Amino acid sequence: MTVKRRSFIKTSAAGAAALAAGPYFWPKGASAADTVKGGAIYDLSGDLQLFGKNQWACAEMAIDEINAAGGVLGKKLEVKTYDSQSQMQAYNQYARQMVLRDKVAVVQGGLTSSSREVIRQILHKLKTLYFYNTNYEGGVCDRNFFATGATPGGYVDLLSGEAMKRWGKKVYIMAADYNYGQITAKWIQKAVKDAGGKVVGEEFFPLTVNQFGPTISKIQAAKPDFVMNVFVGPAHASFYGQWASAGMNKKIPMVSTTFGAAGEVVRMPPEIADGILTCYSYYEDLDIPFNKKWLAEFRKRNGTDYGYLTDVPPKDWYGWIFWAKAVNEAGTTKREKVIEVLEGGLTVDGPGGPLTMDAKTHHCTMDMYIGQAKGGKFEIQKKVAQVPPTNTGNQCDLIARPDTNVMYEPKI
Amino acid sequence: MDLAVVVVIQILYAVASLALISIGLAIIFGMMGVINFAHGEFLMMGGYAFILSYNAGVNFWIAMLVVAPVTIAVIGVVVERLIIRHLYGRVIETVLATWGLSLFLIGLAATVLGYHQKGVNPPFGTIRIGAYQEGGYTFFVIFVTLALMAALYVGFKYTRWGLIARGTMQNAQMASGIGVNVDRVYATTFGIGAALSGLAGAILAPIAGVLPEIGVTYVVKAFITVIGGGAVALAGTGAASSLFGAVSQAVTFLSRPVVGEVALLVVAIVLLRLLPLGITGRYFRRGL
Repeated sequence: MTVKRRSFIKTSAAGAAALAAGPYFWPKGASAADTVKGGAIYDLSGDLQLFGKNQWACAEMAIDEINAAGGVLGKKLEVKTYDSQSQMQAYNQYARQMVLRDKVAVVQGGLTSSSREVIRQILHKLKTLYFYNTNYEGGVCDRNFFATGATPGGYVDLLSGEAMKRWGKKVYIMAADYNYGQITAKWIQKAVKDAGGKVVGEEFFPLTVNQFGPTISKIQAAKPDFVMNVFVGPAHASFYGQWASAGMNKKIPMVSTTFGAAGEVVRMPPEIADGILTCYSYYEDLDIPFNKKWLAEFRKRNGTDYGYLTDVPPKDWYGWIFWAKAVNEAGTTKREKVIEVLEGGLTVDGPGGPLTMDAKTHHCTMDMYIGQAKGGKFEIQKKVAQVPPTNTGNQCDLIARPDTNVMYEPKI
Repeated sequence: MDLAVVVVIQILYAVASLALISIGLAIIFGMMGVINFAHGEFLMMGGYAFILSYNAGVNFWIAMLVVAPVTIAVIGVVVERLIIRHLYGRVIETVLATWGLSLFLIGLAATVLGYHQKGVNPPFGTIRIGAYQEGGYTFFVIFVTLALMAALYVGFKYTRWGLIARGTMQNAQMASGIGVNVDRVYATTFGIGAALSGLAGAILAPIAGVLPEIGVTYVVKAFITVIGGGAVALAGTGAASSLFGAVSQAVTFLSRPVVGEVALLVVAIVLLRLLPLGITGRYFRRGL
């Protein structure tokens, strides 16, 4: 039997339509008068569940802690959780639903920049506070928006600076070919030039590329002192095995802004992963009393089969604690009052050290650490205390211009 | 000079890996006319079968070359008996059913196996080529793919089983009329296709990693290769992967990875415009 091309295309189109329609999920509704409502949206299923599940695990832990400590304004904090299924149209739909039907006082969640931009604009319009707790490319300047994640303006300097000090000034950049990768690569270019270094090669990879042979040859020819990558997704993760197979992991040091964010350090054998240098605001291996207690509690709730936590998931813990603290201090869930408290330099102590909300940018000042992969975990080698959020290059000032709603890109 | 050698090796590798990820799909499509949308997940499961059995203490090569293909062959036969056999000749239904299967398998892998299974370090050292060095595993992938294609050729061309399989695919009713158990031939062929996918997934596991969604990164290229190759499984896969692999890799070397990806798609579109039934719609029609 033969299949004609046309019938195949028709068939594929039918399949695509079926996928786009997607399953429909209606969360259980429950409402009581004496509760304060919040909304959470995470990628609990689909391609991004690897992140979303841990994010929600951290958020849930924070919510339970808030309620155990007396709740919000003396009432129980009741959070409705939505599973985006890693799909953008679900973000759109659920963001509206949370505000219009559930009437939540705050929305937290999202992982990718695209999901953030979908709900940020909706929540801005509907005047409902939004906390985005992921490390991202930075630059959002919006009075309704608060970010607890690290941004490249903070960590790229530190990471490339540390690598240049250790290995030399010639850098090869490899980055994902979209918003986050492109912008982070710009920050790396700037940081390397400012420190007197030289970028000897720069390559961008679509998210589907999983063959790196030609690039590895090009790197061998360019002979950089180290390679700095901004990889995203499972296809790019293929790079490390190919790099090790060519024996390059023993010759040229690897620096990454993303390695470890998806539990790679547990999944990849030490022969492949050892030596990769990273910079995050949280590692499980941090020797801080708060972290030891926090991590023990996390493991008690979630077991040990969750990978390895770095920057992203614990920030969802911070996000909820931040909001609850601000509401309790303001004495109301009214948006204006809560923003005022948050802009008053609110600080939350947590597993990665204290985070302080910056009034001008609505991003956080936080401790950053340099960690090197070693034997299935990270060895913490350096701490830089209280790094301010410089991700908009001082373009954002929400105190002077509260009506701003833009996303700045670095001027380089 | 050494750069030229490296480029040639890389192109051979690109062709081989493309053929490797496509051959299982090509056999199921070419011989049976079934479009298996769960092909990527067969690769994924092959990878898991390999790393799980290896981490459980099975010898590296046995885990890769025996455990993975046998496991996926069994799964393939079960899938054929439970789902595919009810849908022969109904292309749209097969696509939907296997797509559903694909989503189910990803979900199952994510739930049962999770994202944090320890991977495997690629074996072999490196080989120096002038100023460059290339992983020994690259040569291994090229060699295994060649051996596999040769074995399939011999198997289909010169064995009694191959003759029966080819006869059944050409005219199932006639084969049935002269006493061939058509059901069994279909199940076996599907099983072989699945086994090849499982083997490919296992071979690529050390250099690609294994995650529940990893199949998605293979499946598009595998489909383009198979459709570009046409209905004749072996010759089609060989010809299409040579063309696509060489073009995309050469362009990647000359410019950037994104242009390499675009070049592959452009070549595929032009090819299908000129040869709507794929390369084997016009050439090598009497091949295997």
